[in-house]
Amino acid sequence: MKLSIRMVAVAAVLATAACAPQTSGTSSSDKDEKTGTLRVWLFQEVNNTPKEQVVDSVLAEFEKEHEGAEVTVEYIPVETRAQRIKAAFNDPGSAPDLIEYGNTDTAGYVKDGGLADVTEDFRAWGEAEDTDPTARQSVTVGGRVYGVPYFVGVRALYYRTDVFEELGLDVPKTQAELISTAKRIRAAKPELYGLAVGGAYTYGAMPFIWAHGGELATGKGGSYAAAIDSAAARKGIEAYTSLFGDDNCPAAKCAAMTGNDTITAFAAGKAAMAIGGDFSHAAVEAGTVKGAYAVVPLPGVKTGSIAPAFAGGNNLGVLKSTTHRTLAVDLMKRLASKEAQGELFEAMGFLPTFSDVRQQVAAKEAFVKPFVETLAADTKFVPASPAWAQIDAGQVLPTMFQEVVSGKKDVDSAAADAAKKMNDAFRSVG
Amino acid sequence: MLGGLLAYPIYQLGLISVFHYTQAQVSGGEPTTFEGFGNYAELFGDGQFWEVLLATVVFAAACVVSTLAVGCALAVLLTRVRAVPRLALMLAALGAWATPAITGSTVWLFLFDADFGPVNRVLGLGDHSWTYGRFSAFFLVLLEVVWCSFPFVMVTVYAGIRAVPAEVLEAAALDGASQWRIWRSVLAPMLRPILVVVTIQSVIWDFKVFTQIYVMTGGGGIAGQNLVLNVYAYQKAFASSQYSLGAAIGVVMLLILLAVTLVYLRLLRRQGEEL
Repeated sequence: MKLSIRMVAVAAVLATAACAPQTSGTSSSDKDEKTGTLRVWLFQEVNNTPKEQVVDSVLAEFEKEHEGAEVTVEYIPVETRAQRIKAAFNDPGSAPDLIEYGNTDTAGYVKDGGLADVTEDFRAWGEAEDTDPTARQSVTVGGRVYGVPYFVGVRALYYRTDVFEELGLDVPKTQAELISTAKRIRAAKPELYGLAVGGAYTYGAMPFIWAHGGELATGKGGSYAAAIDSAAARKGIEAYTSLFGDDNCPAAKCAAMTGNDTITAFAAGKAAMAIGGDFSHAAVEAGTVKGAYAVVPLPGVKTGSIAPAFAGGNNLGVLKSTTHRTLAVDLMKRLASKEAQGELFEAMGFLPTFSDVRQQVAAKEAFVKPFVETLAADTKFVPASPAWAQIDAGQVLPTMFQEVVSGKKDVDSAAADAAKKMNDAFRSVG
Repeated sequence: MLGGLLAYPIYQLGLISVFHYTQAQVSGGEPTTFEGFGNYAELFGDGQFWEVLLATVVFAAACVVSTLAVGCALAVLLTRVRAVPRLALMLAALGAWATPAITGSTVWLFLFDADFGPVNRVLGLGDHSWTYGRFSAFFLVLLEVVWCSFPFVMVTVYAGIRAVPAEVLEAAALDGASQWRIWRSVLAPMLRPILVVVTIQSVIWDFKVFTQIYVMTGGGGIAGQNLVLNVYAYQKAFASSQYSLGAAIGVVMLLILLAVTLVYLRLLRRQGEEL
């Protein structure tokens, strides 16, 4: 094969002339129309009808209030949300005005230039002051607010009451007890996992790191530094990974498990304990263990303490490209209002982001008590850096846990490698 | 027109790979900056990239050799059996060929499932996990890759053998040559052009394997032990939106494949054969 000189020349000219790959300009829109159609994307949940009813009643009121404004809601599948939302950022023309998004994505979306800054609107909103601090942190990047919290999700310890009764065990009060209890159950009942854990279950592992005083990363605003290799964090990693093995959850099976896998195992009666969220309640209720389990907050290191939990959940945010900013912000506040969040809880079981509303609903529904207690004790959030999306997608933490539990590396070197990867990611986003 | 269709995507790929281009640049959150060979430097400085590259090369080589061996052996077998078993083998092979990669991968994974898989039950392995060990996971994927790509080799080579004059084979048989000897001294040299094509095809396919690894090892295996270049590029480019880094991996893959193919063709030409 011979490349002709002419072809090379043409290519060279093209390369210098065309210069840069395409970008779309999502500078914020100047228009702020008070009538017309507002487009909203919300997540499609399993059994979505109750959510639709709550949303519809908010919309009816909104449309009554704003003459000439119309709202169309599209429920998008959770699995493909990342592509959908990226596409919306790339093509402002067909993008919605208001979206629901996972709260770990906030910093990434802000860096992408997709979300509108609503700091002033949030401050002026009367109900905002009751928003719990971690939820507020999940919409805040670099001191500015980019949305409102819609609901929170938090994890706690599910355990089998029948197994505990049969073996005469007490509910563990410390993390050390939790681990020894898990191993005693496995020894007595080898067909069960004592505590179902997963090498890819990052959010189940984080409380162990936090309970020992460790952090994923330290820093504020733009500059973070990995702290996963600190002595305290390594103790937490040690504790979590000690649960993988033939004496609790065999590494050959559990190293690859995700959070969903552990809940599935628990619901199917294959595990005596599992770390599950308030949102896992329905899945467990649908399993064979219905009626034979209870939930308590995940214990911390000291007796009676609660391990800090990851505050997951979703937020609502207005897109920067919207041509109906005022209307979109108003609708956002209505959808995430105390009243609407209370209704959403009744319909879907999603925990409200307002501390006071949460206390009220906890009094009504017994099953949310341990979760509300966990939220009241201490919750933490992943670093509010766009690098988090990279760290998450790069499987940095699952890789670290899997390296340890499969015996490829010891805790120190696995944590050091993870810290290096995290720092690379933090650096790459500036 | 054809040149444009081929060249434009490659041009774009190369272009993106020399910029800092992530989701923030695509959607206009940040300006695009020219990086020169920065992405390549980052890639080559990353120990994981070399590890993945090595794994990909070894894995692809193993797949190519296995696929060709199975495909050629079965092609010869096809010429030796009667019509009914031949039809049965053909249909079975076509069935495997026609199965979408995702379906095939899922089915193979189920066959070897630790809890419910029939393979463990038949072999009496209890709840042995095939995807836990690095080599056993790669082996499992290799089986699936061979299973879904040997039919192409088999059918092509079979057609080639059919085109070989019967007298030649008869003469060899009369001279007392064994089946293996006939293959090595008569068939293989005569089928060389066909073998070249299927080898290059297999190299390209197996080097770019994605679906099987992605589905069967859950996106790269325990601690990323089963990553191959294509899945690695996907992880970089789409999962974490570092499009420029993904593009750089793509360019590297393209160059490697191009080099392999050119070297191969060159070797052939030196032996006096024209494709």
